[in-house]
Amino acid sequence: MAYDKFDILTSTAVPLPIENVDTDQIIPARFLKATERKGFGDNLFRDWRYNQDNTPKRDFVLNNPIYGGKILVGGKNFGSGSSREHAAWAVYDYGFRCVISSFFADIFRNNCLNIGVLPVQVSADFLQKIFTAIEKDPKAEFEVNLPEQKVTILATGESEPFDINTYKKGNMTNGFDDIDYLLNIKDDIEKFAKSRPF
Amino acid sequence: MSAQKTLFDKVWDSHVVHQIENGPEVLFIDRHMVHEVTSPVAFLGLKNRNIPVMHPEKTFATADHNTPTINQHLPVADPLSANQLKMLEENAKEHGITYWGLGHEKNGIVHVVGPEYGITLPGATIVCGDSHTSTHGAFGAIAFGIGTSEVEMVLATQCIMQPKPKRMRINITGELQYGVTPKDVALFIISQLTTSGATGYFVEYAGDVFKNMSMEGRMTVCNLSIEMGARGGMIAPDATTFEYIKGREFAPKGEAWDTAMEYWETLYTDPDAVFDKELTFDGSSIEPMITYGTNPGMGMGISKDIPTFDAAQGGASTYKKSLDYMKFGEGDKMIGKPIDYVFLGSCTNGRIEDFRAFASVVKGRKKASNVTAWLVPGSHKVEAAIKEEGILDILTEAGFELREPGCSACLAMNDDKVPPGKLAVSTSNRNFEGRQGPGSRTLLASPLVAAAAAVTGQVTDPRELMQEPVAG
Repeated sequence: MAYDKFDILTSTAVPLPIENVDTDQIIPARFLKATERKGFGDNLFRDWRYNQDNTPKRDFVLNNPIYGGKILVGGKNFGSGSSREHAAWAVYDYGFRCVISSFFADIFRNNCLNIGVLPVQVSADFLQKIFTAIEKDPKAEFEVNLPEQKVTILATGESEPFDINTYKKGNMTNGFDDIDYLLNIKDDIEKFAKSRPF
Repeated sequence: MSAQKTLFDKVWDSHVVHQIENGPEVLFIDRHMVHEVTSPVAFLGLKNRNIPVMHPEKTFATADHNTPTINQHLPVADPLSANQLKMLEENAKEHGITYWGLGHEKNGIVHVVGPEYGITLPGATIVCGDSHTSTHGAFGAIAFGIGTSEVEMVLATQCIMQPKPKRMRINITGELQYGVTPKDVALFIISQLTTSGATGYFVEYAGDVFKNMSMEGRMTVCNLSIEMGARGGMIAPDATTFEYIKGREFAPKGEAWDTAMEYWETLYTDPDAVFDKELTFDGSSIEPMITYGTNPGMGMGISKDIPTFDAAQGGASTYKKSLDYMKFGEGDKMIGKPIDYVFLGSCTNGRIEDFRAFASVVKGRKKASNVTAWLVPGSHKVEAAIKEEGILDILTEAGFELREPGCSACLAMNDDKVPPGKLAVSTSNRNFEGRQGPGSRTLLASPLVAAAAAVTGQVTDPRELMQEPVAG
């Protein structure tokens, strides 16, 4: 599925300075019963965001009107656990287009890249600087520049480069997906398939 | 002399269809396992593109995540679950995919039935929209979990794009103590590496402990590879592996078996092959393990005390949040903590060997009155073996009931939910907040530890209830 192109994103950010945020927290299993990709944002961080009687938990960051924006900033090892792409869908559907952390779990990172959410891995130091900037001013803005592979704290001008492979970067900036690419080399795949013993 | 290769390199390199410049590799997939939860949107994608499944004969579907574990002969009550199951059935039918739905004699957890029917083979590439696909690495396969976009990719093209992971080898030497199981070995490794210690790596498990392990045990270990962040884990196939596979329904037969064996016998790490990272632990130092926190890396020997904040890995605030959720304190002993629920099952510990272990402890004892126990076989085949081997009689005598196969309380998508605040000893794979039901608290452990808890009503060292066989 083609998705929105990603170029330069300038936005405020929502801080979640917790380590090892697993995909069961991002979207609990009981919300995985849908058969279409719709409405997952409503249940993003469901059990951190709502009490069991469905009233909002006042101390959770998504319920604090001071914070907002298209960037989610999480602690180390973000997105560990289950492979559920529903977690990335929930992040996207809520309105985030970028997640910044000092470390991502593999499957979550791939899932994000496949649906047009940019995972940006920065150093632990720079992540702390981002958290500090938001703490100082919840309206602090950040620039995530995909063409230049650089994230900047606009208030201080400090920036740090980030990695992404050239192929995936091209897909993100153009809104292409992998399946189109693979269907173009279908003959090679079929030839290879014939050589497999089982 | 040809270049020295690891087991992982041998299998990976033989599946590369295409290398994208400055990008991922295109890897051919031999086996694609599909279940009801992560596939509907992928099938919808095929429909929107108006393309078929490229190789339905390499695709296998089973319903497991969202199925009830009682009264499976009745219609599924929850309309959303029923709809998801119906979608899988319709999609499988439309695309000509082998389908083992609810009630089918071969139905069970995807990672239990794959090996049981010989779908899982050494040297194969296997994917599924489930992170515990790493289980199949026990056979010397490259097996890993994928997201739904990737499920669609594999359905459409029988390939997946992946950057090649780095290589790690974990050696466990020596011999395990009595009462220490493969689950304890895995929880020990994760406690040493943390939940992100192997991220970016594909792990090979080596050493005497794994050589002497049954296929069920190897599956348990490889299953938990994802819990330390690894893309997957694998063990070189050997006589134990080949003996397990031979004669199973989908395994090669006759001449095809001989050809396969010729290839499979080349699947080992060459003596001078190089790993990006290598770790060695002494197997005899491992004791029965239990977790005390909200990720699988927060585990320790069952006789130990919960570490203090400063001794723990990771941020102090995250650690404190975790202990607060569990209602535990620094320095607490786990032994003696009263428990409410016991869950035996899942793709980690839902195989026949796990039920044998559980039964060996509860035999001649009674379930504690304060404990609710859910015993859920991984498949109908496991269920049948439990009955044939007389294990069901032992369980019934001790006051336990057997449920029907499925993922059940491991992820609590169905009705098998541990209530808020209740403490469960579980043989499954994740102790995340709310994993077994909103507000539930989970202690991960082996089937032996689960059995000891089930009959004593508290966290108990199973070795106290077991008779060590006299050597000689």
